[in-house]
Amino acid sequence: MSPAAPGAVVHSLWTTAAAEAPVKIPGPVIEYAELAPVLIVLGTALVGVLVEAFLPRRLRHPAQALLAAVGLAAAFAAVVALAAGGYANGKAHPAAMGAVAVDGPALFLQGTILLTGLVAVLTFAERRLDPAAHGRPVDSFAAQAAAVPGGEAEQKAVRAGLTTTEVFPVLLFAVGGMLVFPAANDLLTLFVALEVFSLPLYVLCALARRQRLLSQEAAVKYFLLGAFSSAILLFGVALLYGYAGTVTYSGIADVVGGTPRTVTPALAATMGNDALLLIGGAMVLMGLLFKVGAVPFHMWTPDVYQGAPTPVTGFMAAATKVAAFGALLRLLYVVLPGLRWDWRPVMWGVAIVTMLIGAVVAVTQTDVKRLLAYSSIAHAGFILAGVVATSPAGVSSVLFYLGAYSFVTLGAFAVVTLVRDAGGEATQLSKWAGLGRRSPLVAAVFAVFLLAFAGIPLTSGFAGKFAVFKAAAQGGAAPLVIVGVLASAIAAFFYIRVIVLMFFNEPRPEGPTVAVPSPLTSTAIAVGLVVTVVLGVAPQYFLDLAGHAGVFVR
Amino acid sequence: MNPVNYLYLAALLFTIGAAGVLIRRNAIVVFMCVELMLNACNLAFVTFARMHGNLDGQIIAFFTMVVAAAEVVIGLAIILTIFRSRHSASVDDASLLKL
Repeated sequence: MSPAAPGAVVHSLWTTAAAEAPVKIPGPVIEYAELAPVLIVLGTALVGVLVEAFLPRRLRHPAQALLAAVGLAAAFAAVVALAAGGYANGKAHPAAMGAVAVDGPALFLQGTILLTGLVAVLTFAERRLDPAAHGRPVDSFAAQAAAVPGGEAEQKAVRAGLTTTEVFPVLLFAVGGMLVFPAANDLLTLFVALEVFSLPLYVLCALARRQRLLSQEAAVKYFLLGAFSSAILLFGVALLYGYAGTVTYSGIADVVGGTPRTVTPALAATMGNDALLLIGGAMVLMGLLFKVGAVPFHMWTPDVYQGAPTPVTGFMAAATKVAAFGALLRLLYVVLPGLRWDWRPVMWGVAIVTMLIGAVVAVTQTDVKRLLAYSSIAHAGFILAGVVATSPAGVSSVLFYLGAYSFVTLGAFAVVTLVRDAGGEATQLSKWAGLGRRSPLVAAVFAVFLLAFAGIPLTSGFAGKFAVFKAAAQGGAAPLVIVGVLASAIAAFFYIRVIVLMFFNEPRPEGPTVAVPSPLTSTAIAVGLVVTVVLGVAPQYFLDLAGHAGVFVR
Repeated sequence: MNPVNYLYLAALLFTIGAAGVLIRRNAIVVFMCVELMLNACNLAFVTFARMHGNLDGQIIAFFTMVVAAAEVVIGLAIILTIFRSRHSASVDDASLLKL
C-alpha cells in the first residue's frame, strides 16, 4: 500500500498509533438501572434456557410459563418505575454511551411491548384447546420441531408427551430485541436489535402443532424475505455511515442539518454527497417499512400470519408493529428531520397505497387469519398517516394507536384459537357462519374486536383513529385523512360482513365448535376486551399519557 | 488505490446478491445471496472506515459477521426442516399459502 497519496483523504490509523504513547481507553459507562427492563427480560430468557436444560420434563411447561410471565411483569414494573422517576421527560437522555435512548416514546412503547408479551405468554401457555394426546395436555406448538410432519419420529414424540417449552425463552429473546428496537439511538444498535427480535420470530413461526407444512412454509418465507430486508437495511446503514462518518442518530442529524461538531477533510468530502444520504436513508426506511408491513413490502404478511401458530401470530402482529413503528418514528424524527421535505412525499404515497390496498384486498379474503393480516396492513397505513404529521401530536397519536391496536389484535387472534373443528383451528371464514347462534359470547367478543378494528365509536379503534387523523390534518395532510376515512369505510365493510356472517346466518351442521379455554386464554381475551372498551370509553387519561411521552431525546 | 473503488465493488456485490435473491429458486442459494449482500455491506463499512479515519465501520463489520452467523444457524435449520418434510428446497414448491 502506498503511504498517504497526496491530497487523498486517507488516514493512517495504524502507523500513527504505533508512534505515540499507548492511549488509555476509558471504560464505557453503562446505566444499568435505566436499562433494567431490557436486562431483566434477556436475563430471564437466559434462565429459561437453563431451566430447559436442568428441570425434569413434566415440570418444565409450568415453570417456563411462570418464569416468562414473572420476568415480563418485573420488566414492566421497571419501565413504570423509570417513567415515574422522570425519565420519560425531565431526565430523558441517551444511555449506554449513546446507544440506547431512555425517553418518553421509548418507555411508552417498551411498556406496551411488555404488556403485549405478557398477554402473549398466556396464550402461548394454553393447553386445553386441543384434545389431550395420550393422556397428556398439548399446546399449540409442535411436539418436536425437528421431526418430519406425519412421520414416525413425530408420532414417537407425541407419544412421549414432548412439548416445545423452548417457546417461552424464545419469546423472551424476541421481546428483549423489541424493547431495544424503538429505543435504539444508533444505527448499529438498530440493526442488532432488529436481528435479535426477528430471528426468534422466524423460529416461532415454524413451530405449529397442526398444519406444520403451512407453518414451515411461512417460516421459510418470513426468514428469506426478512433476511433480505435486513440486508437492505444494513447497506443503508453503511451508506449513512459513509455520509456522516458516524452511526449515532444525533451525529447523523447534525451532519444532515449542516452543523457537525468537527469537520474532518474526509467528512467534508462525503457530507456534501446527497446521493449517499438519500439512498442510505431510503434503504434503512425500506427495512423498517418491511417490518411494519407497509405496502410495497407487505407481501410476507398474509402468508406468515396465516401459517404461523395463532398465538405467535397474535404476538407478532401486535408487538412487531409496536417496535417497528417506534424505530421508524425515531429514525424519521431524530435522524432525518432535516430531510423532511424529501421523505414526507414518499411516506404520503406509502401511507395512501398501504391503506387502500390493505382495505381493498381484505374484502376478497376467505380465511380469518389472512383477513386479519390484510386488516393489519390497512392499520399500518392509518398509523403511517400519524407518522407523516411531523408534530409532537403525531408522535403521541401514533403511540396511543399502537397501544390500542396491539390489544385488539391480541384479543382477536386469541378468539381465533378457540373456534376449532377436527383439523384444528377452523380459520375458513365460511365455517364461521352462524357462530353467534352457537356461542353468542365468543361471537360477541369477536364482534367487539372487529368493531374496534373498524373504528366504531366507544371502542379503542375509534379513539386511536381519531387521534391519528386529527394529527395528520393539523400537520397539513388533509388529503391523506380523506383517503384514510375512505379506506376505513371499505375496511368497515368487511368487518361488518364477518359480524353479519356470525350472527345472521344459519349455522352449518358440520360447523366448528368453540373450545372451552383454560383461564389463561380467557384472561388474555378479557384483557384485550377491557383495554378495548376502556380506551374507547375513557381514552383521555391514556391520550394524556401518550401526549406526555411524545418528545424524543437526542 | 482510491478507496472509492472498493465502494463500487461493494455496490456491485450487493446488486449481484439482491438479483440472486430475486432470481434464484433454491432456498439455499437464495440464502447464500443474502449472505453475499451482508458481506457487501461489510466491505462498504470497512471502506468508509478507512475513508473517514475512524474505527466505527470496522467494529460494525464484526457485529455484522456475528449477526450473519446467527442468521445462518436459524436459516439453515428452517430450510432443513422444510427440506426434510418436502424433499425439496425450491422456493417455488413452497406454495401452499396462496390466495
